[in-house]
Amino acid sequence: MKRKVIEEKFFLVLMIISATLIVSIIVLILTSIIIKGFSSFNLAMVSQTPKGGYYLGKEGGILNAIIGSFYIAGGATALATALGIPVVMLMNVYLKADSKVSAVLRLCFDVLWGVPSIVYGAFGFTLMIFFGLKASLIAGIIVVSILILPIIIRAIDEISQTIPEGLFHASLSLGATKLETGFKVNAKQILPGILTAVLMAFGRAIGDAASVLFTAGYSDSIPTSLTDSAATLPLTIFFQLSSPIKEVQDRAFAAVLILTIIVLCISLLSRLLTNRHNKYKI
Amino acid sequence: MESNIKVRNLNVFYGATQALKNINLDIPNKQITAIIGPSGCGKTTLLKCLNRLIESTDEVNVTGQVYVDGEDIYSPKTEVTHLRKKMGLLSQKPYPLPMSIFDNVAYGPRLHGTTKKNELKSIVEFYLKEANLWDEVKDRLSSPASKLSIGQQQRLCLARGLAVQPLVILGDEPTSALDPQSSAYIEQMFLKLKADYSIILVTHILRQAKRIADYIVYMYDGEIIEHGEASDVLNHPKHPKTIEYVSGVIS
Ligand SMILES: Nc1ncnc2c1ncn2[C@@H]1O[C@H](COP(=O)(O)OP(=O)(O)OP(=O)(O)O)[C@@H](O)[C@H]1O
Ligand SMILES: [Mg+2]
Repeated sequence: MKRKVIEEKFFLVLMIISATLIVSIIVLILTSIIIKGFSSFNLAMVSQTPKGGYYLGKEGGILNAIIGSFYIAGGATALATALGIPVVMLMNVYLKADSKVSAVLRLCFDVLWGVPSIVYGAFGFTLMIFFGLKASLIAGIIVVSILILPIIIRAIDEISQTIPEGLFHASLSLGATKLETGFKVNAKQILPGILTAVLMAFGRAIGDAASVLFTAGYSDSIPTSLTDSAATLPLTIFFQLSSPIKEVQDRAFAAVLILTIIVLCISLLSRLLTNRHNKYKI
Repeated sequence: MESNIKVRNLNVFYGATQALKNINLDIPNKQITAIIGPSGCGKTTLLKCLNRLIESTDEVNVTGQVYVDGEDIYSPKTEVTHLRKKMGLLSQKPYPLPMSIFDNVAYGPRLHGTTKKNELKSIVEFYLKEANLWDEVKDRLSSPASKLSIGQQQRLCLARGLAVQPLVILGDEPTSALDPQSSAYIEQMFLKLKADYSIILVTHILRQAKRIADYIVYMYDGEIIEHGEASDVLNHPKHPKTIEYVSGVIS
């Protein structure tokens, strides 16, 4: 009896210590980013391009990287969603519930999810050399979309599996095709979940450096066509941090702050959508 | 006895286990046919064969024929959506679609080509009245169907099924999730609807079968043991298994 009480106490203390540790780490990271970031932040950073001298400590900003990142993450998310939804549909609407093909597909996507992004970057780079392409916006979009494809597919797939079979059958028995049922019933039932998955993937896409390092390239100007090379936020942070000039290094933290705020907003938004009651859900 | 639904030599295997054994049956038109029998005897399986929902189960094998209006529904030429449109389904638990009350009833007609707002409106009103739900929902047609009570949801599902103008209504224990009042509602509706539809009702409740069935099919272990006019089967069962079930079981 006595032993059990002590055991309980011991593990409770352990849990509290772990939780406190994690929260303090988060607070530490955020405050250091905010303090360091704010002190070197100015309006020019988000409204101007580097104009040549920025990385040497002169005037300018990282608007090119902000816009480049949004282009790449947005394009990749759109592409991955367009490719992912048919796959989810295949696994959950067309194939039978306990089909072996679905099981194999799920395993493949789980494996892909775990592949480090530099591997995708290297793979993309090899392909580009093979086809004689240069680093460009479109190459970045394609490689990042492959990176986030497993995230989108598995996240939507997981919530699709919560759709009751009876609902699916109800629609079929009214004479709907599987396609109609997929779009008009299944998608409606899990809409907030789909949006959450898409936002999650966008968050991952905008923060990843390794996949765009060789594929999107880097440019001081805002890309105007798909074949232009494009700057991204993670890479601009990398370049500024590796500069020997103190002022440039400090400004890297302002860029970190910008990226963090974007990612934070996206997670908050997706959390909001998940919690928001889906009015029509059965 | 006229029959538009004829089952011939139907066998169903789930993997290696046989769930239906050589079923032969004519379903009488515009009557209520009750399928009764102990749990696991294959009632749901038989019902699912009639609208081919059985095909969404993995590793299932169906042999034999089911004729609906003279057409073998398992022939490769048969379009499954066309068949299902003829066979309205009322499941054990109501599954309203994730949309408004109005859209639930309009779902089927929209699928099959009705798009005019006015036309849809009158269809929705007509079938909600038919299912005895109109007065309760007429002021909140645009609110989510999930907000209705279970009994109301089941009547909504009935209205939704009727709106595609089926020939047959299939019910798989459609009252078992409902309170007595809602069950009675559904039973009364079936009695009214049999003037226009053939109704096939799987039920565990022997008293329900006695109350509303015109024709009884008694199944045991994948086989049809006895079938015939309700009064005959219920009052003068011939087969020992039927006698045991009809006189003995708790209902
Ligand atoms: N998907 C399936 N896979 C394998 N076997 C199944 C499957 N569905 C049903 N069976 C088996 O087929 C037989 C008939 O099942 P069915 O659901 O038709 O019975 P039922 O008469 O409707 O029973 P209940 O009254 O309990 O609903 C049972 O032995 C059941 O275990
Ligand atoms: Mg059953």
